[in-house]
This record gives sequence, C-alpha cells and structure tokens, in this order.
Amino acid sequence: MTEQVSAPRRKLPVLVSSGAALVVALLGWLIYGGLDKNIVYFLEPHELLARGTDAVDSPVRLGGLVRPGSVDWNESARALRFDITDTTQSVIRVVSTGQPPQMFRDGQGVVVEGRLGRDSVFAASTLIIKHTNEYRAPKAGEHPREAYKTLFKGAGP
Amino acid sequence: MTTTRQETDVIAPPAPGRWRLFGVFAIASLVVAQVVAVVISPPDRDMGHLQKIMYVHFPIALNMFVCYLVVLIGSVRYLMLRSERADLLAASAAEVGAVMTGLTLALGMLWAKPTWGVWWAWDPRLTSTLVLFLLATAYLALRAFVDDPERRATWSATVGILGALNVPIVYMSVRWWRTLHQVQSSPSSLDPEYVIGVRLNLTAVLLVTVYLIHSRYAAALTERAAENRAMAAALGANHGG
Repeated sequence: MTEQVSAPRRKLPVLVSSGAALVVALLGWLIYGGLDKNIVYFLEPHELLARGTDAVDSPVRLGGLVRPGSVDWNESARALRFDITDTTQSVIRVVSTGQPPQMFRDGQGVVVEGRLGRDSVFAASTLIIKHTNEYRAPKAGEHPREAYKTLFKGAGP
Repeated sequence: MTTTRQETDVIAPPAPGRWRLFGVFAIASLVVAQVVAVVISPPDRDMGHLQKIMYVHFPIALNMFVCYLVVLIGSVRYLMLRSERADLLAASAAEVGAVMTGLTLALGMLWAKPTWGVWWAWDPRLTSTLVLFLLATAYLALRAFVDDPERRATWSATVGILGALNVPIVYMSVRWWRTLHQVQSSPSSLDPEYVIGVRLNLTAVLLVTVYLIHSRYAAALTERAAENRAMAAALGANHGG
C-alpha cells in the first residue's frame, strides 16, 4: 500500500524539472532569441517600402505617426486621407473611409490594416490609434479633445 | 496509510479574527480612492475623461500579478513540502487572479474601443494576457476535475508554476516586442494630478486582493477540515476503528 502511494511522488521531480527546464528554455528563446524581430504588430513605412513590389496587394498592418499637415477629411464622401511617417522620414499615403477614432489628429500614432495599392496609396480597412504612455492635463485655456473637434466639425458620436 | 501526512499538517478551520474589519477597511479604501482619483483629476488632453479607466484597469492588472506570485509560492511550497495549506493558498490566489485577469481584459477592452477604435487587437500584450487568463481558468478547471487531493495538488501546482512564468512575459511584452498597447506609464509620464489617484488605487486594490485571497483561503481550510474529518470517519468505519 505504502509503495503505491509514494510511487508517483518519485517520478514527479523528473517530470516537474523537465517541464521547468522546457519553460526556462522557451523563455530564454523568447527573450534572447530571434523572436524580437518577428513579433511585430505592425510594420513601419520604411519596412513596408523595403519590400518593394512584394508589398503590393498583400494584407498587412502599417504603423507610424500621422504626418502633421497631411490630414485631408472629406466630410461629404466621409473619406480620410493622411500620410503615415516614421523616424526614417519614410512616408506612405493612406486612404480610409469613415470617421476615425476620436484621438485621431496630427502627430498621433496610428496603425492601419489594409493593403498597399499599385498606386502606392495604402487602402486602410481599419484605423487604430496607438497612443503613448503619457497622460497630461490640458494647459491653461486648452480644452481636451479640441483638435478632434476642429478637424471633424459637426461629426461625432 | 495517510495518517503520517495528517499528523504533520493538521488542517483546522481558521479563527474569524479581525479579517472582517480588514475587509470593511479594504473596500472602504477602494471606494475612497476611486472617488478621490475621479474628483481630483482633470480630463486628459487627448483622451478626455476616458483616462479615468486607468484607475481601475491598471491597479487590477498590477495586483493580478500579486495573485500569481502567491500561486507560484504556494505551488513551489506544495511540491517541496507537500503542505496542504500551500496547495489551498495557491488555489485561492488563482481564483482571485483569474477574476482579476478577466477584469483586466474586460476593462481594457472597454478602454480600447473609444480610444484605439477597436475592442481587441492580437498584439503581444493582449494575447499574452489572454493566455494568462486561459491558464488561470485551466488551473481552476483542473482542480474541479481531479478528485484525489494529492494528485490534484501536484498537477495544479505544475500548471500554477507554468502560469506564473507567463507573468514576466505579459509584463515585459510591451518592451520586448512592437505592440499596439503602450509601454508602462511612470510618474514622469503622468501629470501629478493622475499619479496620486493611481497610487491610492494601487494600494486600495492591493488591500482588496489580500482580503479576497484570505477569504477564499479561509473557506478552503474550513472545507478541507470538514473533508478530512469525513474521510477519517469513513476510514474509521471501514477499518472498524
């Protein structure tokens, strides 16, 4: 009886230590291995452009900053055009339909899902905001979300 | 045959003590922290009042890590010392951890829709948090399916350690990989008006977490003590005393 009870216990350290070794190896691979280059939620403009013609018409996520002064919102067509740029100053023109999320403005981080067309314009089906870790109170005289209201006058939920 | 373990590790129902008072204090401090945080903080320049979701999402996310730390300690202790109490402590913390991970995900989604524009994104931070939630629910499901207490404790300790090892991945995901979720805020990336509210709520949620884990642990001890008594009585009857 005693042997039956204690038998699984002797096997256990082997099981647990091999499981732990596996997990540690996996963690090490995740941290120090080549995965840091592979796990990207989106490509930056220069990375997408580097793909050349391979980039055309393949579904991808593109991310970067809205280039200040590039935003063109056509109220009647509900068409939004803007440039996405990155630290290398590469620029990709994006066209998207419908009203963007309320944090959309010049200089804002964005991620778009869609395809780069043959005309080098990126047709976005989804527009996602990527914001920073900063939270700031409005300065004196400034109202929150003012930029949004100026850009999309009359529009809004 | 099992008497050796029960002699060294007798489970007795816990005394009520001052925990009820602590619970009242913890919940009251959470209410106060929420009210203070919401009242004193101005709307964020870009996000407006949506910023206030920070006061629940972030403290719950950080304190869920505390739960998994307790799961890790309890699980390792069980595997090393075969302590029933350690097993029950790990299980209690896993229950609270699962609820808090679910809350983190739900509150995060409620925050993401109006700010990011989407409910969900398969980015490394969100995906690894979902994996953590699934591991926690798998842990609880495993405990419900295995009847033998020793086997249940051993298996769930293994799953508990695996789940806890996912915590650093969840925490560091925003720094290791390119994610949609922003990196952790720090007191320098927050205006002082927001820092106070975050600190108050981190503390209050920690108190509530400790209270919840303790409550669940006390209930588990009571339950186990009753089970052990019933088992001893049944064995006594079978073997004629």
